[in-house]
Amino acid sequence: MKQVRYLVLAIMAVLFSFTTLWAEDPIKIGAVLSVTGPASPLGEPERNTAQLVQEQINAKGGLLGRKLEIIVYDDESAVDKALTAADKLLKKDNVSAVIGPTTTPNTLAIEAKFDAAAVPLVSCAAGEKIVVPVKNWVFKTPQSDRLAVARILSHLKSRKIDKIAILTVSDAFGQGGREMLKALGPKAGVEIVADEVYSPKDTDMTAQLTKIKSTDAKALVSWGTPQTGSAIVTKNRVQLGITIPLYLSHGVASPKFIELAGSAGEGVLLPAGRLIVADEVPAKNPQKAVLTKYVKDYETKFKSPVSTFGGHAWDAIMLVVKAIEMGKSDKPADIRANLEKIKGFVGTGGVFNFSPQEHNGLDESAFEMVSIVKGAWKIVK
Amino acid sequence: MGFSSFLQFFISGVTMGSIYGLTALGFTIIFNTTGIINFAQGEFVMLGGLLSVFFLKWFQIGLPLSVLLAVLATSVIGAAIERFAIRPVRGGSVINLILVTIGISIFVRGLTMLIFGKDTFVLPHFSGDLPLTFAGAAIMPQSIWILAVTLLLLLALRLFFTKTIFGKGMLACSYDKKASYLVGIGVNGMVLLSFVISALVGAIGGVILTPVTMTSYDVGIMLGLKGFSACIIGGLGNPFGAAAGGVILGILESFGAGLVSSAYKDAIAFCILLILLFVKPSGLFGLSKIERV
Amino acid sequence: MLAVLGFALFLLGLPWLVTNDYYINLLTLSLNHAIIVVGLNMLMGYAGQVSLGHAAFYGLGAYTTAILTTRYFFPLPLGMASGILTAGVVACLIGIPTLKLKGHYLAMATLGFGVIVYIFFNETIGLTGGPSGFTGVSRLHILGYKFTDRSYYYLESLVLTAVVLLSLNIIHSRIGRALRAIHSSETASQIAGIDIAKYKIFVFVLSALFAGLAGVLYAHNIAFVAPSSFGFNFSVELVTMVVLGGMANVWGAVIGALFLTILPEFLRVFENIEILLYGAILIVFVIFLPEGIAGAIAKFFNLLKTKRTDGTGGR
Repeated sequence: MKQVRYLVLAIMAVLFSFTTLWAEDPIKIGAVLSVTGPASPLGEPERNTAQLVQEQINAKGGLLGRKLEIIVYDDESAVDKALTAADKLLKKDNVSAVIGPTTTPNTLAIEAKFDAAAVPLVSCAAGEKIVVPVKNWVFKTPQSDRLAVARILSHLKSRKIDKIAILTVSDAFGQGGREMLKALGPKAGVEIVADEVYSPKDTDMTAQLTKIKSTDAKALVSWGTPQTGSAIVTKNRVQLGITIPLYLSHGVASPKFIELAGSAGEGVLLPAGRLIVADEVPAKNPQKAVLTKYVKDYETKFKSPVSTFGGHAWDAIMLVVKAIEMGKSDKPADIRANLEKIKGFVGTGGVFNFSPQEHNGLDESAFEMVSIVKGAWKIVK
Repeated sequence: MGFSSFLQFFISGVTMGSIYGLTALGFTIIFNTTGIINFAQGEFVMLGGLLSVFFLKWFQIGLPLSVLLAVLATSVIGAAIERFAIRPVRGGSVINLILVTIGISIFVRGLTMLIFGKDTFVLPHFSGDLPLTFAGAAIMPQSIWILAVTLLLLLALRLFFTKTIFGKGMLACSYDKKASYLVGIGVNGMVLLSFVISALVGAIGGVILTPVTMTSYDVGIMLGLKGFSACIIGGLGNPFGAAAGGVILGILESFGAGLVSSAYKDAIAFCILLILLFVKPSGLFGLSKIERV
Repeated sequence: MLAVLGFALFLLGLPWLVTNDYYINLLTLSLNHAIIVVGLNMLMGYAGQVSLGHAAFYGLGAYTTAILTTRYFFPLPLGMASGILTAGVVACLIGIPTLKLKGHYLAMATLGFGVIVYIFFNETIGLTGGPSGFTGVSRLHILGYKFTDRSYYYLESLVLTAVVLLSLNIIHSRIGRALRAIHSSETASQIAGIDIAKYKIFVFVLSALFAGLAGVLYAHNIAFVAPSSFGFNFSVELVTMVVLGGMANVWGAVIGALFLTILPEFLRVFENIEILLYGAILIVFVIFLPEGIAGAIAKFFNLLKTKRTDGTGGR
């Protein structure tokens, strides 16, 4: 009898040691993303990317030898749900870092919690307010509107255009662009002769465009996304016979826009991250390898074209992963410190250089000026 | 800003206004027959357009057939909604009816989102997308379609209500349900018919509009709300008022956005609604008696 | 009143059971919603009117206090009082003309009003910060004490208890009797000499004040306000909470609010279906369960009671 008992104990000991071998806790990164709701065209690719990266890293043996777990909560594009999601990640799941949210208002709403909890947040939202002024625990990966606007303004100057009309959508993204245009335009010598707005679900912008047509603007700059009217603006412009060039925001850098705008999209200009023109990027560009691989992996797994927004999520996660590897630690304070030390990180949005004063890490070179030619994206000078 | 700009505002306003008018007409038909305000009316408009897109994509039967099928399908859905969700509460309080129709509109939207996704979709223009110019303003062929179809529908409905037995039966119900029942009019049937016709009218509106505005699962909300405002503006219960209210609203929106401020364009519809409710609740062409408490 | 005391003690004791801050914050949010829903419940259940724009009063309270205290350096108590008052005053302005009319005109007016207020919050960027929201609102503090997440929970519990107490008192008072008379027959009440419009306006303004109060508490808890929280969607959510919990039932209001705020957190798997579910709840409950959850619970207890008194279970 005693032998049986010892045998059982021995077996249990062996089994137990096995479980502790496998039970080393995973490294947990949280994500608050707008998978549903008005921002879902941005949030869904971000969620997909999180799944993709988690699989790829774990297939290669994990992070620091431990399994990587990315916990994604959907904030339904709503501030209140983003708040509870952040609480859950910080207080219940005890994650080491969080990526997201997808939109600027949601990021601004939850920022304070990360300072209080001393956990880093790497946002996938575009608003400049997120990192200016710099907050210790908050970073962001999308190129800021400031850079997009600056890129457009320098292109306008190169074409000797000094009077523009602007038409922006009344959501956080559109208004961020509008504020930037109004702030930087005059300084660059470009006068804004008309400032029109439309709402996200508006179906007809001919009134605003008619007003613009009657001004002496030499170009039209419109800020929106395919799902919030940019395609309609593009089509209305052609319908009204407006011939001045149309510049759009980097938010339309997706195949959906080409589909919706159809032939009206020919010749529109926009600053875009290199992700959507990955094929055209010259081989010697440092981003080429990263871009090509992400495009191939994403499109193979999800059978749908990449979007810039998925790219922002990829950058955010990989930056956190890099910080963890640099410090060989998944403690939030270490991740934060190492994020600030990252230099020359090649992402989909550009090459990132962080510092204690710079929590976005990109400059104007992150954008290429592209245009639609025969239904496809083409880099222009 | 010259005459051509004003003309352009007018054309855009009338185009959009026709759709508001058709939506408002849908509201009016149901209200007249049953006294119910069907908050799901906007979803009929959405379904017309969205189903056309998908029938075209899935069945590859060409635009005219897809459109026909979509309108028929939406009418059937309208009938189903009446039969299964409205009839059980018909005798109930006004509050219950409002809540149920709101619930229906949300449910339909949610179901549509699950089945068709959250994307935006476009239909090809019925006769090409090259604009015609007229006195410096551009008018899309599709806009002409919208105006023509709207007028035809109004004419057809007028004939229906004054010449056919079903139409007269529905009108009788709107005046007095008990009396109609007593003379042998199947009130249940009339109510069902009113939902079918409203769905039909809404769907046609959605179909002719989609080439211009694109469609997605949630276009019904604003369209429904604005169509409803148009209804009140014209006078609840008055079909002519509903159509006129829609066009007036469309024109006011267009001129408001063009001349005053584009930021508050959406607010125009609701500001007018509020002002009318305070000052003349029976609307511009109001027929219905408004009792004061 | 015993029930109210028990309720208060239950709420105050909850943090001992539920220690994780995530749950506490979730509860705080649901209590905040419950404050609005109690008022809306009275409006829908006793005055028989629907407000399809109640989120606007919530938002008016929140934005008013946020802007006054942050941009114009109003002292906190004054800012908060202004927020609540603004909601009440605006409700008067809308309610007086529309509630004098017979029928469902308040529903339409509140619908339009809700949309206008949302557009206002969204477009007056200089004042409200626009769609990106208004940051920098100070967290609630009284006489130097800065509220924490946990103490905010206690605060909301106390406020909700007070609101519930007030509502129950009103319902059992002369005003409540008048309201119930109006609800069952407006013609009869008129004959009995009740000024229908006055009572309806009273309930409408009261429900707006509650919403404003909740908004004020919300703004100084989150320290941030954005227009997306105060749109048509939230107004519909509030109405759904009333229907779910049971109309004309103060406890139903609390139940409805808690359910619809907390349950989705546990059903995160069903994200895509959430819209569908809300619609289904409205339809199903209005048709089959007009008394809501609270009514169902009450019926259940009645059933037990009659079974017990019957003894042999038969008559």
